[in-house]
Amino acid sequence: MNLFGYQTWSEASRRDLKLAALVLVLLAAVIGRFPDYAAPRNLAGVLDDTAILIMLALGQMLVILVRGVDLSMAANLALCGMLAALFNRAFPGAGVLTVLMMTLFAGGLLGAFNGLLVWKLRLPPIVVTLGTMSVYRGVIFLLSKGAWVNENEMSRDFLEFTRTQFFGLTTLAWGAILLAALFIVALRFSRAARNLYAAGGNPEAAAYSGVDPGRMQFLAYVVAGAIAGVCGYLWVARFAVAYTDIALGFELQVIAACLIGGVAISGGVGSALGVFIGCLFLGIIRSSLPLVGISAFWQMFINGVVILVAVLLSARPRLGTRTILEAPRA
Amino acid sequence: MPAPLLRLTDVRKAFGGVRALAGVNLELHRGSVTALIGENGAGKSTLVKILSGVHPPDSGAIELDGASTRIDTPVAARDLGIGVVHQECLVFDHLDVAENLFINAHPRRGAFVDWRGMRARASAVLRELGADFTAGTLVGTLSIAQKHVVQIARALVNESRVLILDEPTASLSRRECAELFRIARQLRDRGCALLFISHRFDEIFELADRYAVFRDGSSVGEGELAGTDRDRLIRLMVGRPVEQLFPKQQADPGEPILRVEKLGRAGEFEDISFSLRRGEILGIYGLVGAGRTELAQVLFGARRADRGRVSGAADIALVPEDRQGQGSILPFSIAANIALPNLEALAPRGWTSTRAENELAKQWIGALGIKAQGPEQPVQSLSGGNQQKVVLAKWLARKPQVLILDEPTKGIDVGAKAAVHAVTSEFACAGNGVILISSELPEILGMSDRVLVMRRGRLRAEFTRHEATSENLLRAASDA
Amino acid sequence: MTAVLKRWESVLALVLVLEFVLFTSISPYFLSVDTLSDATFNFTERAIVALPLALLIIAGEIDISVAAIIALASVAMGLAAEQGAGTGGIVAIGLGTGLLAGCVNGALVTLGRMPSIVATIGTMTLFRGMAYAVLGDRVLKNYPEAFALFGQCYAVGPVSIELAVFMVLAVAFGLFLHRTRWGRAIYAIGANPVASEFARIRVDRYRFVLFALTGTACGLAAVLLTSRLGSTRPSIAQGWELEIISMVILGGVSVWGGKGSILGVVLAALVFGLVTFGLGLMNIPGIVMSIFTGTLLILVVALPALVRRR
Repeated sequence: MNLFGYQTWSEASRRDLKLAALVLVLLAAVIGRFPDYAAPRNLAGVLDDTAILIMLALGQMLVILVRGVDLSMAANLALCGMLAALFNRAFPGAGVLTVLMMTLFAGGLLGAFNGLLVWKLRLPPIVVTLGTMSVYRGVIFLLSKGAWVNENEMSRDFLEFTRTQFFGLTTLAWGAILLAALFIVALRFSRAARNLYAAGGNPEAAAYSGVDPGRMQFLAYVVAGAIAGVCGYLWVARFAVAYTDIALGFELQVIAACLIGGVAISGGVGSALGVFIGCLFLGIIRSSLPLVGISAFWQMFINGVVILVAVLLSARPRLGTRTILEAPRA
Repeated sequence: MPAPLLRLTDVRKAFGGVRALAGVNLELHRGSVTALIGENGAGKSTLVKILSGVHPPDSGAIELDGASTRIDTPVAARDLGIGVVHQECLVFDHLDVAENLFINAHPRRGAFVDWRGMRARASAVLRELGADFTAGTLVGTLSIAQKHVVQIARALVNESRVLILDEPTASLSRRECAELFRIARQLRDRGCALLFISHRFDEIFELADRYAVFRDGSSVGEGELAGTDRDRLIRLMVGRPVEQLFPKQQADPGEPILRVEKLGRAGEFEDISFSLRRGEILGIYGLVGAGRTELAQVLFGARRADRGRVSGAADIALVPEDRQGQGSILPFSIAANIALPNLEALAPRGWTSTRAENELAKQWIGALGIKAQGPEQPVQSLSGGNQQKVVLAKWLARKPQVLILDEPTKGIDVGAKAAVHAVTSEFACAGNGVILISSELPEILGMSDRVLVMRRGRLRAEFTRHEATSENLLRAASDA
Repeated sequence: MTAVLKRWESVLALVLVLEFVLFTSISPYFLSVDTLSDATFNFTERAIVALPLALLIIAGEIDISVAAIIALASVAMGLAAEQGAGTGGIVAIGLGTGLLAGCVNGALVTLGRMPSIVATIGTMTLFRGMAYAVLGDRVLKNYPEAFALFGQCYAVGPVSIELAVFMVLAVAFGLFLHRTRWGRAIYAIGANPVASEFARIRVDRYRFVLFALTGTACGLAAVLLTSRLGSTRPSIAQGWELEIISMVILGGVSVWGGKGSILGVVLAALVFGLVTFGLGLMNIPGIVMSIFTGTLLILVVALPALVRRR
């Protein structure tokens, strides 16, 4: 048995290896051009910048695994971030743990709303999350009345949490690594997660074994939402500001990271390690852009190219079915 | 006869206003294979759904080992020891064989899935069955026959006492069939009660020892197979004396209407040459994997060949193997389906006319005897046989020169089968060519003027109507 | 089948009437010809894109990049204007960019064999990214005076050019979808693309054309929008994809393909447009309106599901 529990070098781990090799090549290319990039402080910084993407992508992965998609992730993040900031402004002594619990719960609730609509009413995930995306964003405006929450309105503990360092890496970076490790282990060794793969791979067959695909989707949305909620606090704390438009459009980067990481849009296939590496890939590209002198405005364009190239290369054949828009089985 | 393991008494089930089962009785005995026979719409699939816990019966008794039971969910069915091998292979392509056997029941050590233990148990079961693949194989890479074995292995792991084989032989080759039967007999000898659903009488007589016949949702007969024969079973199924199943009209084949020269497509078939004459029905026989369907699709034009050429007929029509997925659009009406390949003719300047389409549909409903309420009825509410008639109608309406039929009577009832054969015969007699692809020897032998045999993508033999016999065809088609 | 369709459009028509009643009771000026004419500007650009998008969704695909195409086309036109192009040239560039972008989508889906959701998420990021990359935080404003004709002028009486264009297109699309054999083929492709292929319908060809058509409509919308605003920012039409898709789904088009009507989409566009106009009159900011849009979208798909469960 190899490191991650695979007995043979299965398709999944081969794919992860190829991706890892690609990332190393990319890294080598960047370092070759800009030797300073290899400095440990810089690399730690890149990981820190990419940490939130990693955590969100892991959550999104669960949703895509069960044949769903969550376009409302960034809006969820923003809403919970604003909640955290407003709460902190009102109760600065409440402590970080309270804020973390609050955002975890709030995010989970928002995710549960998505999950319920998809599970109980069998609504198409893309429509549901397109809808909740706008609703959640709009609610931020209502809550904050359009105003920003600035750094000087946030308590020290609130801000310091994400920046505290252990062994050279920030709490944020450690959070991402730990979550990734947890996912890698859980997706391989927990029965619930294995059922998730089954539910996404063949919902009809899964039902015969007593796995309710709809319920699996619900759980995936709750987890993804909870992660997004916590990341809301992390984002606001890290950037020291909260306003309506934070992370606007970020869900697309998250989905891109999943696709690059080998998660199949049709469900049932994907590895947490792959997603982690996929995020690193995007992170390295993003951090090396300023070095090459490309303005931040090109960031979005490059993301688009990366998405398209990644998906074209992974070339999963289109069968006669539609993915994501696929009709639920009666 | 000892007490049955499973007994159903007066089970009824209706969907909406439609009565699927009007009070059926069934007994399954340990160590015995019971064949369930009936036309499409007779209630067989409803019965399977009830036994596997998908639907509860409206009324009636189910007794397992003499005790009254309810089968509320698929998991309940599994726990009661009822296993099903579905025709459409409910397996997980992206997971390995071992995991497929243990979904939602993964062996665990503490809270962690025990992969090693799972693989070991799976390997043990596969060894017992004499399977030709290992527990670590990705199920998506297995053939349909092997996937059936995975389903049987799953039933064994669940310690099923009742195993339902729902038309498992539909896409299997002779050899795979034999292998499947060997495994089924193994299970029978261990004391399982098997329910074997099939349309193929030779297989039924080969594997089963008892039979039960359903007709229009009711039980009309049961007993030992040894004491009956095919004709009597058909009569029970159909409720009327056996008509001639292959009403072939004699035609004089004329000049060639289609010429195929050295046609080839990488990985599927190669060096195929033959010609088809007017008024002729050319049968193509072969085992699964011989490349016949692929050849048909190339002739039709759905795919392109790498080598060779096809010349002759202006318009070739294809009635595909998969009547629901490829042959028709289920939610559309009969009229819309028939109109679909004929839109250019029905709407020459672009503007569609519902009236013209309905007229056309009514014409064909009459000509083929399609049992329907009217041309607006959606095709999905028709029985399999009538659906196939609609597919036939839409192509015949195009007045093609060549009609290719790929397994046209698979899974449809005897009455519809006869109708399809009659129409095909008529079409050929009108001076057109027919290519009939079939795995059913009686059908090929009864309908064809000439038979070509394909094996592994090549043409191996050609027989005239007089020369062709079951033995000849089988021998040419298999590796013997 | 037709009976069900009639029901949904009747519901929409009823809602439209209710809206009129509601808004007129809030503000008596609402029912004036001038106000109503102003109201049409609000939605015609989006509605023009909703028409081919409806066909696309009926055929079983989706295009999330529509707003990004509008932005890209607008940027292209702005650059052309900067280079001194005349009105005709500018319009041609706008339409051409839209057409090209649509073809890219079509190629990714038919040749690249990508699911349209993934492809258009990619191109959405790509096209919008190009707009940002090229413009940064600049604004393009040097449009010739004649260019303002399209978005700001009237064709006949109170009927603006935008509205006139939309009405003509609505009739054309309606006839095309419901009365021609190509429209029938589109329904078939949405219901079962494999069987349609077997019925000798060139499915990929239809898909490609529909994407190209949608792109061109986006180009047209960009012409009208840019002409009305008189300027181009890279963030132009931000969030429009949600609204346009909402119009289509509100119009009764099923996300799973094979069902829907142009009349429904037109009514939905009216319902939608009037509400957003009305809310705007009440000074409700756009972002809060998006709560309404999102909720409406969910309700439109949820209601039939709830009814079915009974």
